[in-house]
Amino acid sequence: MNAPMTGLAMMPDLEPPRLVDEEPAVVVSGLTKRYGDFTAVDQVGFTAFPGEVIGVVGESGSGKSTLLRLLNLEEQPQAGTYTLGIKSCAGVNLFTLGRFESRSTRVRHIGIVYQNPHLGLHMHHTSGGNVAERLLVAGERSFHALRRRARAALDASEFPMDRIDVPPLTLSGGMQQRVQLAKAIALEPDLLLLDEPTTGLDVSVQALVLDTLKRLQRDRRITMVIVSHDLGVIRTLADRVLVMRRGAVVEAGLTDQVLGDPQHPYTQQLVHAKL
Amino acid sequence: MTALRDLVRPWQRYSYGFLDESAKRAVRRGLLKAIAIPGCQISYASREMPMARGWGTGGLQVSLTLVEPESVVKVIDQGADDGVNAANIRSFIARASGARTTTDTLEATLIQSRHRIPEERLTRNQLLVLQVPDPEPLRAVVPDISVARIMHADADYGLMWLKLYEQLVQAGRVTQSSSYPSLVNGRHIMSPSPIPRWDTPKLHQAENLTLLSAGREKRLYAVPPWTDVKPLEFSDVAFKVEDQTGRVCERTGATGQFMNEMPLLDGTSTFELSDAGFAEKLARRRAGEAVTIGPTYYVDGELQP
Repeated sequence: MNAPMTGLAMMPDLEPPRLVDEEPAVVVSGLTKRYGDFTAVDQVGFTAFPGEVIGVVGESGSGKSTLLRLLNLEEQPQAGTYTLGIKSCAGVNLFTLGRFESRSTRVRHIGIVYQNPHLGLHMHHTSGGNVAERLLVAGERSFHALRRRARAALDASEFPMDRIDVPPLTLSGGMQQRVQLAKAIALEPDLLLLDEPTTGLDVSVQALVLDTLKRLQRDRRITMVIVSHDLGVIRTLADRVLVMRRGAVVEAGLTDQVLGDPQHPYTQQLVHAKL
Repeated sequence: MTALRDLVRPWQRYSYGFLDESAKRAVRRGLLKAIAIPGCQISYASREMPMARGWGTGGLQVSLTLVEPESVVKVIDQGADDGVNAANIRSFIARASGARTTTDTLEATLIQSRHRIPEERLTRNQLLVLQVPDPEPLRAVVPDISVARIMHADADYGLMWLKLYEQLVQAGRVTQSSSYPSLVNGRHIMSPSPIPRWDTPKLHQAENLTLLSAGREKRLYAVPPWTDVKPLEFSDVAFKVEDQTGRVCERTGATGQFMNEMPLLDGTSTFELSDAGFAEKLARRRAGEAVTIGPTYYVDGELQP
């Protein structure tokens, strides 16, 4: 190291600059979804690089959840393209895939955590079984491998191992979210979608779940899209943020920048709105 | 003036095989489709039969459609030829068709069965018709039948596997004892009617045609000859049939076949061959009669190739 830089050597190791040479993990452009006359998602586009966390904020009915459903290939948009940086369908607009390819892409490359655990889990099956189902759908047929991999995924989402054979129905809300998270990350997805993952949990549990998400993101460098109306959650997790209103993105940028110095009147309102 | 009798067909007795020609035609069309797509459930217009739904009306309709005057009919209920249900169905088919009846599996050309497949190996000249109470293997995991049909179309069988996984986790073994879900021709999962696990491997690469019919649920499906039928199993937890070791048939002294357990007053139990027609032949041979006994699927409890 050169002499003038000795001052810097005292500082802790900084992360090497990311996002520079890499291909984007997710590219979405011109996404539009209409239900009859009502436009739920209007010309939404963004790019996410590997390991990046995109936050989506906005009030109820602003199209956040519809956007997530589109990204999870649960619905077809009227217009727009969506590509994932994965080998099997590099450069392919995922909305043009057939029914079977679409399903296998969803299972193998995309994980989702819903706000309502009833949507994502089989409440009467065991927690381990819920995670194992993902692996079974992907073709794992060894019981012991299933057991081991389900355990590993639950462990990674900091689920207590002694409750692995308990149905999610009997678990607390925070634990149910951990089971959903374990299920979502079991196949090491390229994209993790989080729909209000901490809404409805009390503040201390919320903090624990956020810790888990943060650690996962750091360890595994999963690209995430997180939808929340809670700016605190977005501030903690997201690198960049999209502000949505009436289906359209009104402001986008680095989280600190957008939340610290909002430009659009709606974002200003959102940031300053506190009970 | 036109009289009413000029407009209707002249009165005649029931048509051959009880069902009218259009009903038989509808069943045959359903059967052809079922054979063309092994294991896939085909809906059909199940008719009213002179018997309550749930007592084998599905199997009966297929039998009456396929029966011929030269047919030799055997009807089994839980392995026995002399159950009330089996005896009545057998006499009804015979009355409606003029076909001969038998209890000997080797002699029969058309076998209608509830809950069992005979122990003696079926051949290419024989038809097996199984009565099915619940044709939908996914019903246990998906309450909505239309969702289940979509899952069949997508070959989305994760939940079916999950059911077995859960049984292994909770009981340490697969507890599914009958209707063991099986993958037919590598595509559709079917419920092979409530036959015991013991009988499920008999369907794999079988020489005979097996037709399954659920009258109440109005569904037909089939396992054509020489078709793969693989019971679902994990690669490291093998599918096992019921263990029959140490069980000796009280009447015939036979071993290594599927036995019925008969509890005794003192708390112990004895065993008897479940396949009554087979047992009868063994007993007759024991008494010194010359009886032909065909090759069996299992010998000493081991499945024969």
